[in-house]
Amino acid sequence: MTATRFLPRERLQTLFERIGDLGYRCMGPQVRDGAIVYDDLSDAAALPVGIGAHQAPGRYRLEHYAHARCFAWANGPQALKPLLFAPEETLWRVTRDAAGRLAFAAAAPPSQRRAVIGVRACDLAALALQDAHFAGDHADPGYVSRRRDLLLVGVDCGHPADTCFCASTGDGPAVSNGADLALTELDAGFLVRAGSAAGRALCDALPLRAPSDAELHLGAAEIEHARQSQRRSLPARNLRDALFANLDHPQWDDVAARCLACGNCVAVCPTCFCSTEREQPAIDGREAARVRLWDSCFSAEHSYVHGRLLRPDTRTRYRQWLTHKLGGWHDQYGRSGCVGCGRCIAWCPTGIDITREATAICTADQPEGEA
Amino acid sequence: MSTAPAPDPAVMGPPQEAEVVSRDDEARGLCTLHLRLTDPAARAAFRFQPGQFNMLYLPAVGGVPISIASDPAEPEHLAHTIRAVGRVTRVLATLGAGDRVGLRGPYGRGWPLQAAEGQAELRDLIVLTGGLGCAPVVAAIGYVTARRERFGRLVILQGVKHAADLIWRERYDAWAELPDTEVRLAADEPDRHWQDHVGLVTDLLDEVRFRPQASVALVCGPEPMMLAGAKRLVELGVPAEHIWLSLERGFQCGVGHCGHCQLGPWLVCRDGPVFRWSEIGWLLGTKGF
Repeated sequence: MTATRFLPRERLQTLFERIGDLGYRCMGPQVRDGAIVYDDLSDAAALPVGIGAHQAPGRYRLEHYAHARCFAWANGPQALKPLLFAPEETLWRVTRDAAGRLAFAAAAPPSQRRAVIGVRACDLAALALQDAHFAGDHADPGYVSRRRDLLLVGVDCGHPADTCFCASTGDGPAVSNGADLALTELDAGFLVRAGSAAGRALCDALPLRAPSDAELHLGAAEIEHARQSQRRSLPARNLRDALFANLDHPQWDDVAARCLACGNCVAVCPTCFCSTEREQPAIDGREAARVRLWDSCFSAEHSYVHGRLLRPDTRTRYRQWLTHKLGGWHDQYGRSGCVGCGRCIAWCPTGIDITREATAICTADQPEGEA
Repeated sequence: MSTAPAPDPAVMGPPQEAEVVSRDDEARGLCTLHLRLTDPAARAAFRFQPGQFNMLYLPAVGGVPISIASDPAEPEHLAHTIRAVGRVTRVLATLGAGDRVGLRGPYGRGWPLQAAEGQAELRDLIVLTGGLGCAPVVAAIGYVTARRERFGRLVILQGVKHAADLIWRERYDAWAELPDTEVRLAADEPDRHWQDHVGLVTDLLDEVRFRPQASVALVCGPEPMMLAGAKRLVELGVPAEHIWLSLERGFQCGVGHCGHCQLGPWLVCRDGPVFRWSEIGWLLGTKGF
């Protein structure tokens, strides 16, 4: 990151304009259906001004405050994952001629320069994990194309939710890398750091001034407060061995009795990558499209192998999810698959808390009771 | 921003068209499709290792992973032995010469034959299979028999449930004629013509001769059989890191992306399907994995 600069709040619109000048379609957070969602946004006034998000196990409610801040909330149900790993995507098409010959054609991945404003540190950490999965060996063409065309403006998280634990996973609340531009929101405006050549070019085009020492101090203090205010945590950064040593722990039965196997946690998790392929045949039988959809390890079909189900019950499915998320990821990508965003806690209909389950399974300590 | 390598069209793109050249009916519900990529350039470029698999695809039906049962020295000819058991395999089993399918691959890590070659301490080879587990090792056996002098004693053990399930008897008979080679067959339920062992194929490990410390085992079949076989091989003194098992999971993408073959720390299609017992023995057989 380069030297920190300052963007006055009344000039925030210029950020959208300069990004648009560079040929990017701007996306940003906005209120829709009672939640913060990311979608097309070209007007700074459409940001969630004065909005906060109260999150608790099984609960997500927006609240209105009499302040001018527009990033004073932790996160919404989705951020970057659907933009890169599409919930539904045609992979290729096939046609069959009268002689039975098959012609396959890859679906051209739509390529469009997109900029996302307001990305959180947890979501940038999740993006790095998705990059390792989809853009490493055997790179996914659609993902790589969309990733290449992405510009990211991160915003430090000054208002973590009750469900957040990014400080414990080491992924937040401050944006440290992965963003082209990083902002810290203050009442009067934004501290701005560039994290890439594109970010530096953007800085040069913005009406920035040097920040005062007081502004720098205020920014650092807000982030430190956000870090200190998080009450949830995982017992350790690496729980791999503890989880695989406890595959018969009675807690798996306990959580299975509360888990609906609905897959909400998987849908909102910014690192979950499972997908399934479906056939979409044309009605005349001459064409078919191969479509990839998000999948969930909580479904029965997910564990189908040659006429049988490997995981016939919720106990083995929740265990599959958690041992992968906090265990197998270490082997596969060198770190835990959890970035501490807390979405799986807030969006679980029965309020299952990953930090409590992991603590119960991996430590001899009893998890702390909820107030 | 991402510096990812360019996608590899052979394994990441759509399937390539393949033609059924011929079909063998092996046993009830079991057939072998002999396939050939129709594009000459793709056919010439295709290479595979024994133990790898392809994804076979039928329009409007779907795709299924099938191991390659033919000789890697002739990669223009791809044999796939199929049991009609699921939605896709039931349709594949109806195909005949001239029919077209889609083919993606090859995928996965195959048998470690190069590791056994030329290393005196690794020269005896035990091939322990059950049911259609014989298909993924046929290419490996062919590889070994074509280089017979580079391997030690060859022990081939195949088990079937019913005697009528045994396929490729003429191959087993031919292998039994090779020097320093022992072939034994087992059937749980024999018919009146059955000449060999009645019972589990893993029983035969105690009846055949090999040098446990100087052996490599290739194991493929139903998981209970592989678990029993690997444990017995260890008891007999074969080092756990010299026992290799080929696993089957719900492969869809073939490149470790879709997550269906997640097994603890591994994505089986990408990291396997062939694993050392020393790697997976601690987790394999745990219900749910």
